[in-house]
Amino acid sequence: MYRYDEFDARFVKERVAQFRYQVERRLSGELTEDEFKPLRLMNGLYLQLHAYMLRIAVPYGTLSARQLRMLAHIARKYDKGYGHFTTRQNIQFNWPKLVDVPDILEDLATVEMHALQTSGNCIRNVTADHFAGAAADEIEDPRPLAEIIRQWSTLHPEFAYLPRKFKIAVGGAEHDRAALKFHDVAIEIVKNAAGETGYRVYAGGGMGRTPYVGHVVGDFVAKSDILAFLEAVMRVYNQSGRRDNIYKARIKILVNSLGLEETRRQIEHEFAEIRASRTLEVPQEEIARITDYFAPPAFEALENPSPEFEAARNADANFCAWSDVNLATHRAPGYAIVTISLKPIGGVPGDASHEQLDALADLMDTFGLAEIRVSHEQNLVLPHVRKKDLPAIHARLAELGLATPNAGLVTDIIACPGLDYCDLANARSIPIAQRLSERFADLKRQRDIGELKIKISGCINACGHHHAGHIGILGVDKKGVEFYQLQLGGSGAEDASIGEILGPGFGEHEIVDAVERVVDTYLEKREGSERFLDTVRRVGLEPFKERAYAGWAYHI
Amino acid sequence: MASLPQILTANRLRDGDVVYWRGGSWVTSLADAEVFSDDAAAEAVLKAADAFVKGREVVNPYLFDVKIEASGVRPVKEREIIRAAGPTVRLDLGKQSTRHV
Repeated sequence: MYRYDEFDARFVKERVAQFRYQVERRLSGELTEDEFKPLRLMNGLYLQLHAYMLRIAVPYGTLSARQLRMLAHIARKYDKGYGHFTTRQNIQFNWPKLVDVPDILEDLATVEMHALQTSGNCIRNVTADHFAGAAADEIEDPRPLAEIIRQWSTLHPEFAYLPRKFKIAVGGAEHDRAALKFHDVAIEIVKNAAGETGYRVYAGGGMGRTPYVGHVVGDFVAKSDILAFLEAVMRVYNQSGRRDNIYKARIKILVNSLGLEETRRQIEHEFAEIRASRTLEVPQEEIARITDYFAPPAFEALENPSPEFEAARNADANFCAWSDVNLATHRAPGYAIVTISLKPIGGVPGDASHEQLDALADLMDTFGLAEIRVSHEQNLVLPHVRKKDLPAIHARLAELGLATPNAGLVTDIIACPGLDYCDLANARSIPIAQRLSERFADLKRQRDIGELKIKISGCINACGHHHAGHIGILGVDKKGVEFYQLQLGGSGAEDASIGEILGPGFGEHEIVDAVERVVDTYLEKREGSERFLDTVRRVGLEPFKERAYAGWAYHI
Repeated sequence: MASLPQILTANRLRDGDVVYWRGGSWVTSLADAEVFSDDAAAEAVLKAADAFVKGREVVNPYLFDVKIEASGVRPVKEREIIRAAGPTVRLDLGKQSTRHV
C-alpha cells in the first residue's frame, strides 16, 4: 500500500483545517453560497436531492482493512449506515451534514484518506485496473504510475483552472478492465518489440452527451518521459480546450475538432520542448521508491490445484457456482482473485452497509489480506487470496450477503444513483437495475446467457457508463414521465465501442420486458460460444429491434 | 393557459435537508407547505426567501409546480415527489421514514 510521506500528511491535514475554517465562515455569513460552492466541491462535497453528498477518493481503488473500518465508522457516525461505491472507484455518503464534514475529513486523514480531486474542473482521482498486481495477464502493476500522476497533478498550478474535469485511468494488462478508451487520457502499459516496457497513451475518450472512443496519441512513451508527455497533453488542452460552452469543454471535443493528426502534432511539439528542458523527467530511483509501496505480498509456495479448494467444490454446490463465476486467474499458483459482488439480487448496485464494511475488514485480518479493491463496476475485489482459504471466505461472505455468484453476468449491473439521489438525474436508475436483477435471478439462466454487461444511467452525463454497456440503458424525462432508451453493442473493454440506440424509449414498466426480449433474441441468434456483444456485432441491431418493439403501434 | 399552483422549496444550509415555505418560515414536510395559486404571490415569496439565504438558513430556493388532488398536493415532476419523500429504493430513509401513517 502507498503510505503518506511527511509532505502528503501535512498537506491533507492543512486542507482539513482550511475546510473547517471555510465551513465556519460559510455558517457565519462571511462566505456566500456562490463563494463557498467551489471550495466545498474541491473537498468532494455536493448538494444533492435530499442532502449533501460527500465523495471520498479511493486512489486507484485500493483500500486497507483500517481504511475500510474508517468508512464503516463514517457511515455509522455521520451518515445513515451505508456507503455507495461509484463507477470511478470512489465511495459516496449520501446524508452528511455540512457541519459534520470537517470532522469526517479529519477522521479520514487519520487513515490517509481524503476527498480531494473528486469534484471540480481538476485532474480527478486516477483510476486503475482493479486486478492490479494480481492478474495473470498483467505486464506491470499500473498503480505506481497512477500515484506518480497523482503527485504531479494534485497541486500543479497549471491544472487549477482547466476548461472542465479531467479523468485519467491506467491499465497494465492485456485485458482492459479500467475502461481506458473512455477516459480523457488513459495510459496502457505495453511492451515494444525489443521487450522493453513503456506507455501507450490515449486521449479524447469519454462518455456523457457526446461519447467518443479515445485515440492513441503516444505509441510508446518511455517511462521517464511520461509526465513530460502528459504535461504536453494538458498544455494543448489548457490552451485550446473550450471554456465558452460547458458541453464542449472536455478534451474529447478538442481532439475530435482538431483531428488526430493535428492533435498529435501539437502534443509532440509541446512534448519536445518539455523533454528538452528535462524538468519533468521522472528519476528511476523515484519510480523504484513508489513501486516498492505496491509490492505484492510474498506469495507462498502453495499446492496447485488446492486440495481444500477442490474438495469444497465437490461438496458444496453454492461454493462451486460462486467459484466458477467470481474468481479470476491469479499470477501466483495456488492463489485467486475474488470478486465480491455488491449486486445482490434485487439490491442497490454498489451499496454496502457499515456492518458489511466492518466485517470485510475483519475477514481481511483473519486471512492476512492487506488490500481490498473497489472496481469501476461497483464491486469489491480481494486481489491475493490463497485458494485453500476460499471455502471459509465464501462461507463468511455468504453470511454477510456478499456471495452473489454473478460477477460479469447479466445481474452484475452498473447503475448510477439516478433520480433517487442525484440532482442532475432525469430518471431513476436503481429500480430498473433491481427489476432486471430480479427478472434474471435464475443462476442457470444467467450462466447460460454468459457475459453480458448491462449499464444504466439516469441522465446524459453517463455516470452509469450506458454508452459502454453491451446493453446500455439511458433514463430520460418526457414531460415529467421516466422513459428508458436502449442501446446495444457498447463495450468498455479492449474492444471498446459505443452502443447504438435501438429506437424510441420504453416506459418504466416496459423496459424490463424489452431487455428480456433482446436477451431472448441473442439466445436464438447466437452461434457457438459467442457472447451477447459478439452476436450484436455480427447480426446488427435489426433482429433485436424487431423483437424489442414487437407489437408496438409505432414500430419503426 | 392558467399556470399550476406552486410551492417554494430550498435546502437547509447546515444539514442540506429539504424544506418548504409556510407563512414566513420553513417546514420540513411537503404536506405542511404553503401552496400559491397565483404567480405574483409565488414570485413574491421567492423574493422574500432571499432574506433567509442571506441569513444562512437555506440555500438554493426555487418554485415548483404541483397539482391539488383529493389526497393532497402532488408535485408535477418525479424529482420533487422523490425529494419530498426520500429514495424510492430505500423507504427507510429520508422524510418518508418518519412519516406517521
